[in-house]
Amino acid sequence: MRRAELVMAVVLAVFSCYLMWKSSELPVGWIPERGPGPGAFPFWLAAGMLACCGWIILRWLRGVGPLVKSEESYMDRHSLNQFLLGAGSLGVMIGLIHVIGVYGSVPLFLIFYMRVLGGHTWMKTGTIAILSPVITFLFFELALKITLPKGFTEPMFYPIYDLVY
Amino acid sequence: MEILSHLIDGFAITLQPMNLGLIVFGCALGLFIGAMPGLGSVNGVAILLPMTFLVPPASAIIFLAAIYYGAMYGGAISSIMLGIPGASTAVATTFDGRPLAMQGLADRALVAAATASFVGGTISVILFTMFAPPLADVALAFGAPEEFALMMLAFATFIGLGGDDIPKTFFSIFIGLVLSAVGLDIVSGEPRLIFGGIPGFMHGVNFLVLAIGIYGIGEMLWTIESSRGKLNVSQATVSVRRIIGCLKDLKSTIKSMFMGSFLGYFVGILPAAGATPGSLMAYGVSKTLSKEPDSFGKGNVEGVVAPEAANNAASTGSMLPMLTLGIPGSPTTAILLGGMVIWGLEPGPRLFVDNQEFVWALIASLYAANLFAVLINIAFIPMFIWVLRLPFTILVPIIFILCVVGGYAPTQDMHDVWLMFGFGVVGYLMRKLDYPMAPAVLAIVLGPLAETSMRQSLLMSHGNFSIFFERAVAGPIMVVAIVLFLLPVIKMIKDRIKTLAQGADA
Repeated sequence: MRRAELVMAVVLAVFSCYLMWKSSELPVGWIPERGPGPGAFPFWLAAGMLACCGWIILRWLRGVGPLVKSEESYMDRHSLNQFLLGAGSLGVMIGLIHVIGVYGSVPLFLIFYMRVLGGHTWMKTGTIAILSPVITFLFFELALKITLPKGFTEPMFYPIYDLVY
Repeated sequence: MEILSHLIDGFAITLQPMNLGLIVFGCALGLFIGAMPGLGSVNGVAILLPMTFLVPPASAIIFLAAIYYGAMYGGAISSIMLGIPGASTAVATTFDGRPLAMQGLADRALVAAATASFVGGTISVILFTMFAPPLADVALAFGAPEEFALMMLAFATFIGLGGDDIPKTFFSIFIGLVLSAVGLDIVSGEPRLIFGGIPGFMHGVNFLVLAIGIYGIGEMLWTIESSRGKLNVSQATVSVRRIIGCLKDLKSTIKSMFMGSFLGYFVGILPAAGATPGSLMAYGVSKTLSKEPDSFGKGNVEGVVAPEAANNAASTGSMLPMLTLGIPGSPTTAILLGGMVIWGLEPGPRLFVDNQEFVWALIASLYAANLFAVLINIAFIPMFIWVLRLPFTILVPIIFILCVVGGYAPTQDMHDVWLMFGFGVVGYLMRKLDYPMAPAVLAIVLGPLAETSMRQSLLMSHGNFSIFFERAVAGPIMVVAIVLFLLPVIKMIKDRIKTLAQGADA
């Protein structure tokens, strides 16, 4: 935790500087008759973020603060595995939406999570993997009229569109 | 009398078949969401908000309020049955609820929790009905400087009362406010903070994207890690006769129930405080007042009753500043407030004048939701236990899918889905280092209001900041806010003097 506290504060400090630089592309001072410039609000808030990071770093250097003496590891092997599997599979699923659409990537994600990670039976996995996209379609596309991305599978939906619209 | 006639009008809307249906459905859904470990009212409302765009605003808020209510009831279920609080608001319920379940008295704890929630909910809704209109009248006289002072007060309570690491809480507020500034500037119309020229940033960062990212994806990643896949469900036998017996036993706890309800309600009104500290305080007070304080933590029903009454009362309490002042009292109400903006309503004191129907329908629906939540809760206890036994490897992917689709629906832009994923991952990594996330969500909702009111005030005063201190209402609010901001520093100095004095004595 000790090292992670410092690394996170430094990364966030760099990000704050980037935000300040980005905000200063617009006027950050007082504009007569118009009040504070459009960049002022984000600029000074980002400066506040930077000050907070400075505070955390200073505290770390002086050896005070809640996490400075923590011996606990930020992420042990088990946590890292769980995190990579959880966040990684979700990231791949979102990425696949661009290619095979929601109705392709959702069942794949469910099969991976339930069958590969959870070891559930094919029966259970299959039922949920088929039912989820069907319910999603009925709810979003039919009831809410919100079209979800379909990637290259779009033409396969034309007959269904003809049927329901 | 006027209040009564408004309330009757509100009931007329609430009791329409569709709205009544939404209340029952919302309560049941909320109960399940609240009962799932790691998910609470804030997650339920954040994930399901995009689904409400189909119905009129009054029905939408009724549905979400029912989810909110149901989830507050449901939190107790996993606290008692699994020993894992369904949400932070139900942490205090585990202290005595879990020991009771381990002694084979799970049904007693569950019935006590449901009854206390009902009492807390009912008392708080009555208080709400009485206090809301006068407060809204006062708030109508507010101008831009007063509004800004109130925003400062909302942020200051996070620092003064939040109890989290101070620089990290400040950081969370600042980053939430900066994110709210992304997009077109409200005054000049110039694009701001368009990172990498990506067009998706032009429409700003929707608060929903941050809320679902943090409370959906981040929370699930957190739950996967902290539970380590191991859950131990208690057995419970439920029958009508046992439930009636349990209800009779609750007579002795009435005092704790009332104390929890009043305490919870008033803590709930304070921004940033909300249901979690409310329930913990109620537990503490109940233990202090008890004749057998030693039995607390070992399975005393009063230890379940007091926090449960308090967390439900606080959830209603936190709606009071949201509706009358436009300042949310908790992360969940912050999301409800954001929802109101999306539905085209203007939160704040004018809501009681311009959208009277909406406000009173919401208040009436709280009465109805409270009744349905307790009935559904007791009737479905066996089913909740079945759902809680579902392995994480089924629950987690379904919740992830809900987040992705829910994040896409409002703007129909994949950019928002990626942003939400990013917020979820970064939020999880920051939360591991005790960066509180609720202030950021509150800040992104209040950000546009805070910036507009600040810029308007400064225009009025030609750039003189004294406008915030000179006015009769804004001045005192601002002073209170500054005192709250300084509270941790005052406490630090006090502690240091104490240590020095002790050192000198030794």
